[in-house]
Amino acid sequence: MTIKQERNLPQRAGFLNGVIVPEQPGKNAIEVRGVRKVFGTGEAQVAALDTVSVSIRENEFFTLLGPSGCGKTTLLRLIAGFDFPSAGEILLYGEDIAPLPPFKRPVNTVFQSYALFPHMTVADNIGFGLEMLGKPKAEIKARVAQMLKLVKMEALAGRRTSQISGGQQQRVALARALAPQPKVLLLDEPLSALDYKLRKEMQIELKRLQHETGITFIFVTHDQEEALTMSDRIAVMSAGKILQVGSPRDIYDRPAERFVADFIGETNFLKGTVVSKKSGVATVKLASDATVAAGFPDNFDPTGAVTVVVRPEHADLIADASKGTVAGTLANVVYFGTDTHYHVKLDGGDNFIVRHQNSRSGAVTFEPGAKVGIVFEDDGARILKD
Amino acid sequence: MADPRNVDIKDQPGFRTIAITCVAVLYVPILILMIFSFNTGSLVTHWEGVGLTWYGSALLNEEFHNAAKNTLIISTTATVISTICATLAAIGMTRVKPWRGLPAAFMVINLPLMVPEIITAVATLSFFALIAGAFGLNFGIGNLILAHTVFCIPFAYMPIRARLEDMDLTLESAAADLYATPWHAFRRITLPLLVPGIMSGAALAFIVSFDDFTITQLVAGPGQTTLPLYIWNQIRRPMTPEINAISTILLLVSILFVSVSFLIARRRAK
Repeated sequence: MTIKQERNLPQRAGFLNGVIVPEQPGKNAIEVRGVRKVFGTGEAQVAALDTVSVSIRENEFFTLLGPSGCGKTTLLRLIAGFDFPSAGEILLYGEDIAPLPPFKRPVNTVFQSYALFPHMTVADNIGFGLEMLGKPKAEIKARVAQMLKLVKMEALAGRRTSQISGGQQQRVALARALAPQPKVLLLDEPLSALDYKLRKEMQIELKRLQHETGITFIFVTHDQEEALTMSDRIAVMSAGKILQVGSPRDIYDRPAERFVADFIGETNFLKGTVVSKKSGVATVKLASDATVAAGFPDNFDPTGAVTVVVRPEHADLIADASKGTVAGTLANVVYFGTDTHYHVKLDGGDNFIVRHQNSRSGAVTFEPGAKVGIVFEDDGARILKD
Repeated sequence: MADPRNVDIKDQPGFRTIAITCVAVLYVPILILMIFSFNTGSLVTHWEGVGLTWYGSALLNEEFHNAAKNTLIISTTATVISTICATLAAIGMTRVKPWRGLPAAFMVINLPLMVPEIITAVATLSFFALIAGAFGLNFGIGNLILAHTVFCIPFAYMPIRARLEDMDLTLESAAADLYATPWHAFRRITLPLLVPGIMSGAALAFIVSFDDFTITQLVAGPGQTTLPLYIWNQIRRPMTPEINAISTILLLVSILFVSVSFLIARRRAK
């Protein structure tokens, strides 16, 4: 993320040039309060959402991230109005919208399958929402033209939706949902049907659209990379619960739970025992008897046996095994082009992967079988809540 | 080596013979009927020469005109009413939360397909006789229209229901998401997309009503002769190839409607 992609919105928390901008009490576009959603009855009851609470700020690109079946789409459907919560409230700018049918909510959706109306032209699809709102014809025409321009589809306005490509259908679906200027735009895995290159293009396109329209986006995906590159904030979900909410860097660098650490990126898990702790940093004794300083989440008091995580790129290999935070034997070297992965068998028995960014100069050469030391970066090790 | 689960039936011994026999048994009689409609002689069994004599005679025959008129009135009215009923039934049974009576309702709608037609015919006849006896009511040709409407409904219902079940429900969600009330969503999205199904259902209903004999024969009152009844009456007299000409005309109308129904169904499958 670069500064240029950042918008100067005072209520946004996040990162500016890598520095944490403190969270400011901004206006909340959506507030989900204690929402439960249960499907089925009696014995066959399944809680798709288990008492979820989350606030989504105005003008934010907010992502619900999790594996399939985690409840992210259910939450989106509750906000859209296609389902109603079994318990709890959903506030849109302070007003409870949970009991309203979808056509009474100033919220629009981009569907995973796009759901474009096949019997209408591109322009008629985009104008449909405005038409249903009873806007005057001239206004609809002007707005449709503006939307076509926004998604660069002017040339295809008169086409049937079956006569355009997948990427173009995606743009029409976006334009159709943005045309009525919703207070919140919901996106249900909209990029999953596109091929890799087109998906990359649309990621940038989506960020641009959000920037230009200033509309709050709630984006559902199971793709962690997509979530990290696009979001202002991410909520990681699993089994009907929200595990952690934070900026991409928060989620990546400071995962609170094992699931979050495991689901997003690659991680090394090490077993250890807390020896001592002071002001957010604990000293942990690992299986190899080495000790390491590790941070831990707020509102959590680590004691006894804990799991410590270290990202593969937050550690480095050194030739002198005695000077490393931990030591071990290099088992395998895997070359990936942009970087190299070193698989190390630690003295305590754990496996550890170190990722080293490749460059033309200063190539590090280690041979499998060599005794190596591993140095953790400052704040590289974190204790998990589980 | 061919996949053993995917044996080409055309390679089986005797396939060709059986296929040709089946097609011949089905179509040779019809073909003979059509050929003899062009016979200029006055006997259905004796060929004299090629000509359109009997077509001319049929087209000038007033009894044939009356029968054709009755058939068109009954079939068209029954088609319109049964298609409307079938459309409403199909929507009512695919766009609602599943309820306990749903399979039963489905059975009731499709029952006319399974009940032997002669039973329906006798039942309908007694029913109208009962009404006429008890209330002195006789709807005239309306009796026939009512009877036809009832047995046309399941035929119209099937393609409409199939179309509704194939339809992507997300489209209706999308319409609701874009501020369309349930009525607007139906009017602007569901109904236009349902049109091919409705057309196909109507074509089927028309053809079923058009050539119904059993029920019509029992229910029809004096002066309510339809085309199938007219042909039946003609056969009981000394036959002329005029009957072949009339049958051929009927056949062509049927083929036309079945083709329309098929073409619409194929277009929607794309």
